[in-house]
Amino acid sequence: MTAELGAFALVLALAMSLAQVGLSAAGRVRHDATLRGAGEGAALAAFVAMAMAFAALMTAFVTSDFSVANVQVNSNIEQPLFYRITATWGSHEGSMLLWNLALTGMGAAIALFGRNLPTGVKAVALTSQGALGLLFIGYTAFASNPFLRFAQAPLQGQSLNPILQDPFMAIHPPFLYSGYVGFSVVFSLAVAALVEGRVDAAWARWVRPWALAAWSLLTIGITLGSFWAYYELGWGGWWFWDPVENSSFMPWLVGTALIHSAIVTEKRGALTGWTVFLALSAFTFSMLGAFLVRSGILTSVHAFAVDPKRGVLLLTILGLASGTGFSLFAWRAPGLAPGGLFAAVSREGALVLNNLFLAAATVTVALGTLYPLIRQALTGEAISVGAPYFALTFGPLMGACLMILPIGPLLAWKRGELTPALRRLWLAGIAAVAAGALGWVILSPRKGFAALGLALGAWLIAGALSEIVQRVRIGEAGAAEIGRRLRRLPLAAWGMTLAHLGLGVFVLGASSELAWRVEAARTLNLGQSVSSGGYSLTLQQVAPVQGPNFTAQRATIEVAPPHGPAFTVTPERRFYPDRRQTTSKVAISRRGVSDLYVVLGDEQDEAGRPAWLVRAFYNPWARLIFFGPVLMALGGAASLADRRLRLAAGRRAAPAAQVAAA
Amino acid sequence: MAARLARPALAMAALLCIAAAPTEALRDPAQEAHAHVLFRQVRCLVCQNESIDDSEAPLAADLRALVRQQVAAGRADADIRAFLVKRYGEFVLLKPAFSAANALLWLTPFVIILGGGAAIGLRRRDERGRAAERPLDAVEEARLAVLAPTRVEPG
Repeated sequence: MTAELGAFALVLALAMSLAQVGLSAAGRVRHDATLRGAGEGAALAAFVAMAMAFAALMTAFVTSDFSVANVQVNSNIEQPLFYRITATWGSHEGSMLLWNLALTGMGAAIALFGRNLPTGVKAVALTSQGALGLLFIGYTAFASNPFLRFAQAPLQGQSLNPILQDPFMAIHPPFLYSGYVGFSVVFSLAVAALVEGRVDAAWARWVRPWALAAWSLLTIGITLGSFWAYYELGWGGWWFWDPVENSSFMPWLVGTALIHSAIVTEKRGALTGWTVFLALSAFTFSMLGAFLVRSGILTSVHAFAVDPKRGVLLLTILGLASGTGFSLFAWRAPGLAPGGLFAAVSREGALVLNNLFLAAATVTVALGTLYPLIRQALTGEAISVGAPYFALTFGPLMGACLMILPIGPLLAWKRGELTPALRRLWLAGIAAVAAGALGWVILSPRKGFAALGLALGAWLIAGALSEIVQRVRIGEAGAAEIGRRLRRLPLAAWGMTLAHLGLGVFVLGASSELAWRVEAARTLNLGQSVSSGGYSLTLQQVAPVQGPNFTAQRATIEVAPPHGPAFTVTPERRFYPDRRQTTSKVAISRRGVSDLYVVLGDEQDEAGRPAWLVRAFYNPWARLIFFGPVLMALGGAASLADRRLRLAAGRRAAPAAQVAAA
Repeated sequence: MAARLARPALAMAALLCIAAAPTEALRDPAQEAHAHVLFRQVRCLVCQNESIDDSEAPLAADLRALVRQQVAAGRADADIRAFLVKRYGEFVLLKPAFSAANALLWLTPFVIILGGGAAIGLRRRDERGRAAERPLDAVEEARLAVLAPTRVEPG
């Protein structure tokens, strides 16, 4: 019954999306409030129906209903309850259902929270959002239906891919998808702005909260995914420039450019066309990601729901949605009002430069990801584009972008002056030089890189701090005055500082990990040792362990650190019989912000005695790599919570709405 | 259906990639470090997307041994890469060759920065020109007359 209810709810959501498109569009054309209201109702109903469909699939997983093919393939009775629940979005079909849930949820959010929007903009945005829903729900219902049944129900299921049976991987997709799909609202608002023919400061104010929310969620989603790759794959790395990783990174880069260019549009009415272009691009890259990950046209370490035939359909959806958006852009954008002028050296100028670098970085990542396909089509040869390519292209682009970052916020709008801004960064400059010198002195095979990385990290952190220090005039005003200024500082200012600070923290962590990671691998008999980064590891025991749905070999390894008492770590080698798949359970012991990372290999026979390959990594400052982005997302959340952004948008929208209606 | 076929294939690949022992390091630490630089640029062909520096697949171990041999024999990096490409095709290089066929790949990022910068510069000049050239309309003239009654006409 549950599966049938789910299938019914899915089709109902499809019908409601269709109604949403028709009613909202008719409401806009006829200027009819009743029709518009009905369109909003349909948007809410579509979300409720999708939530029902999602709940139905989850119920089928929780109750282990193996007559449902999707449940049978991705779950079994032994699978712990938590992973039975998260298996709901662990497959191609289920993940599309989650995508649709987020998509209709965003539509419902426009209907509910879009009170500030002019009626015309809201109706067109809901039409666009409904059309996106129609495409994706239609795809799910007809080409990727998770509710298909077996004629005869098997007694036992197979299993969720073991490497996905992990708490971080379980919550990674909901964040990632909310981020991806959050950009659909931005897309719809851009479509609405183009149809209504007005892109101005007020429009940018409506777009910014959505863009910030989507960006923050995506930041968390990518970080969770990266952290998962770090400790689950057991390769010691955290970013592989893999197509699937790049797929999530591209919308993030565009989103980052968008939240910056939208500031210029909001404050100065400039860059209107470019901001709309980015708003359309962000969701286009989200859809491109969804396509790349699922189509299997690229080799990836993360592909888990691959199906080439469906890939073609997803590509068609991408073409339809983005094609419509960008055609509209080509048609209407030339008529957009040009914004205020500004000097090259100004806050606007700095943000334009930021956008140029971010756009170039996005194209670089896209090209690096897709070039093997292009080359195959052109010359028929298979090539690889790996980390070294991105290090040589993306690296310098971003390095340059980060170098100018702390200067931007210190420049005035319209016309700024470089010398005073640089003078105010003298402390940050000293911090950067000192950190760079430190990086140069410490022994590393990548000396230049280490020095540059540390200098850049320190420059960003100290630059973000000096900006806030100067805003409140610490050192000039009295304590009471400083306290008053600190309290009155808008949350958006804290948000920016936090995000830029987080970026600096990330750069420090990433540079340090890349420059000074120590790796040691040895095949050990019981009692033998290997040392890595000053830590001496002795293999003491390897014993079998029985898990709920796996068997494992667990090693007990005693670690003698350079300072302090010895401790033990217990890496495992797990075997999941359902899928005949072996995975690694890495033992990571955090030492401050650094990690000792120990991986157990397969049992081997060495001259009649059992031996195990033990790989030990010392990853200095590795935790900063994940902590930095968390700070960035918190910065986004802080900006989002700024009262000005929420309240003033309404106040400004009111007269604008009258103008639009007139 | 294809999804079901893909899964065992992936599982196999995952198994292949975590199954081997480390091979002997070169005695000269400088040569060994240099070999590792090369390892990071060579793809493990049977893995999903790993360099032979990361992978534990038997093939990766063989490739490492091969690269070490050549490094020990004192061959130049370019020769080693050429040797690998001849044997396994360009697919084996994680760092694509700087060749005419890859010009688009290598040059685009920098073309965008230069081209984008030039486009922004031209557009700015254009906009400034337009803003400076456009004479005030009647309404603006009237407002200006109120705000600055004793304005001296330029020129």
